[in-house]
Amino acid sequence: MNLHEYQARTLLKAVGIPMFDGDVASTPTEAEAIARRIGGTVVIKAQVHAGGRGKAGGVKLARNPAEAADEAAQILGMTIKGLTVHKVLVVPAAEIATESYVGLIMDRETQRPLFMVSSAGGVDIEEVAAKTPEKIVRLPVDPTYGLFPHQALSLAFVLYRDFAQVKAAAGIMEQLHRAFVDNGASLAEINPLVTTPDGRVLALDAKVVIDDNELFWRPDLGVLRDDSAEEPSEAAARRANLSFIKLDGDVGCVVNGAGLAMATMDLVKYYGGEPANFLDIGGSSSPEKVINALKIITADPHVKAILFNIFGGITRTDDVANGIVAATRQFKVNVPVVIRLTGTNEAEAIRILNEVGMPALSDMDEAVQRVVQLARAAA
Amino acid sequence: MSIFADAATRLVIQGITGREGSFHARQMIEYGTKVVAGVTPGKGGQTFEATVPVFNTVADAVRETGANTAVIYVPPMGAAAAVIESADAGIPLVVCITEGIPVMHMSRAMPFVRSRGVRLIGPNCPGLITPGTRTKVGIIPGNICTAGRVGLVSRSGTLTYEVVNHLTRNGLGQSTCVGIGGDPIIGTNFIDCLAAFQDDPDTDAIVMIGEIGGTDEQNAAAFVKEQVTKPVVGFIAGQTAPKGRRMGHAGAIISGSSGTAEEKLAAFEAAGIAIMRRPADVVGLLQRKAQSTKGVTSRK
Repeated sequence: MNLHEYQARTLLKAVGIPMFDGDVASTPTEAEAIARRIGGTVVIKAQVHAGGRGKAGGVKLARNPAEAADEAAQILGMTIKGLTVHKVLVVPAAEIATESYVGLIMDRETQRPLFMVSSAGGVDIEEVAAKTPEKIVRLPVDPTYGLFPHQALSLAFVLYRDFAQVKAAAGIMEQLHRAFVDNGASLAEINPLVTTPDGRVLALDAKVVIDDNELFWRPDLGVLRDDSAEEPSEAAARRANLSFIKLDGDVGCVVNGAGLAMATMDLVKYYGGEPANFLDIGGSSSPEKVINALKIITADPHVKAILFNIFGGITRTDDVANGIVAATRQFKVNVPVVIRLTGTNEAEAIRILNEVGMPALSDMDEAVQRVVQLARAAA
Repeated sequence: MSIFADAATRLVIQGITGREGSFHARQMIEYGTKVVAGVTPGKGGQTFEATVPVFNTVADAVRETGANTAVIYVPPMGAAAAVIESADAGIPLVVCITEGIPVMHMSRAMPFVRSRGVRLIGPNCPGLITPGTRTKVGIIPGNICTAGRVGLVSRSGTLTYEVVNHLTRNGLGQSTCVGIGGDPIIGTNFIDCLAAFQDDPDTDAIVMIGEIGGTDEQNAAAFVKEQVTKPVVGFIAGQTAPKGRRMGHAGAIISGSSGTAEEKLAAFEAAGIAIMRRPADVVGLLQRKAQSTKGVTSRK
């Protein structure tokens, strides 16, 4: 789960990481009040889960409170990469001496939290990693012991020579590590970590991604989720316990299992079609899940045909068949549906479907070819 | 005749009295697996289905029954602790089926698991099955498998079944099928399984099914090039996946330019791994590989 910058700031502030003053506003009036309190020139930043906010006009300077209100009025409600801006962050336009990068990710290779620090901050760190990897210093942290003080110091020495700044940065490393571990993050990033002309070290921008698997037992983090920052169909799917991602094609896909769902999308493409979504209904699929899946997919006007691809292992194919029949009783599905199911209770599933005049296929390639043809015929 | 699981497997099921655990315990017993014990804290002394003794701890189960393999169906919040308990009880092979374990938990568990020299398979995996000895540890449906000489390793669940089904229907039996799991931190990777299949005298050819995200398949391809002499056929799921979106599995996400299907397929190609464009291709590619290596897979 991605957090907004203002939410990430709150988590990092809570562990004591020094930051410039600033606050989040939902209206121009609120933005004006924050700008007045901060004083001087401020930056108004759109809070959306999209890169390239600046280029899209979502980051603006304002020299006084009245300008802050005007700029906030412009930014609030604008759309960046399909996402509407509901909040802006107002922070002082600080004078900066240097910019560095400090990040912590859960690294799959070392299976540990991995620090990455670089004195080349403020830019796309992936670009630095690709072009000048020697400029990034990496340090995996043993989860048994945590970050040792000498490790924090050695990371800080990568960034600064002035020992007062080194000590300040080492403290920030330890605080960032604590925030990362305590919040079950998969990424915690300060970019840039800046020094001011008077020598202070502060975090200017923050990014935190929480491991979705933590949310089940961390309702305090779950409430940070911003449904309005997501594609509405994806938010609806998540509430129905479905793993769903909307795509641009016209062949709707309902599949059990993430790997098979990806392979199904790939096969749609292989036979010349375009998948409209990724959808995994999961292992134990109740008829209810199938109904919700069909509702979400049929709500997309681009969908011209729907494919069910179910390989019954734990999933009982008769449950899925019952779900399909129940769904078509509840609401009219106006596009053709192709059903492929094989595995557990297959004979019963086929009987249930045939009773209401729905044919079922057992071969994946045959089913995909048919649904691609149907989508093309309807386009 | 197989890797990791065989006739010597004596299985303890952690979470045997739970909804998932009890369902799959029955399936494993029915298939022929030697299920010697179950563990549910607080239910020690009970008997599951009148045949399997239930213990409070894995240590008790090991002492009383000589269990040498553990499979875990414990809910996500306690699953990493269950892995540690089995490792601490001296079980050399631990298979964790549970999906949704916080990655931070696994990061903490792994150093302990390694310090005990334990092989962990998973988490978030379907487990493994050796049809030749009718040994199933996990949830792979037994009825789609048949004994033979193809080794299969996969990051996926149902996609594995799809491929196994093609193999079985076309007379290509399996030595062992292993699902290594779709999480970012897993105990056993492709290379571990490839090395085991390479050393297994009863495996003639290997199928590996990967997906987008991470670098495990690329590392595995390099290993195949250096160390594997048996024919290898490979598939990568997620060729149409968008960047930066998690495709169901926590590990299936393309970040930046790394972890893409193109990158992985290029690594396969460079290593001489025959690429399946679709799951159904597995049969033709194995038959072709078998012919060019003098019919190894047809020997039974």
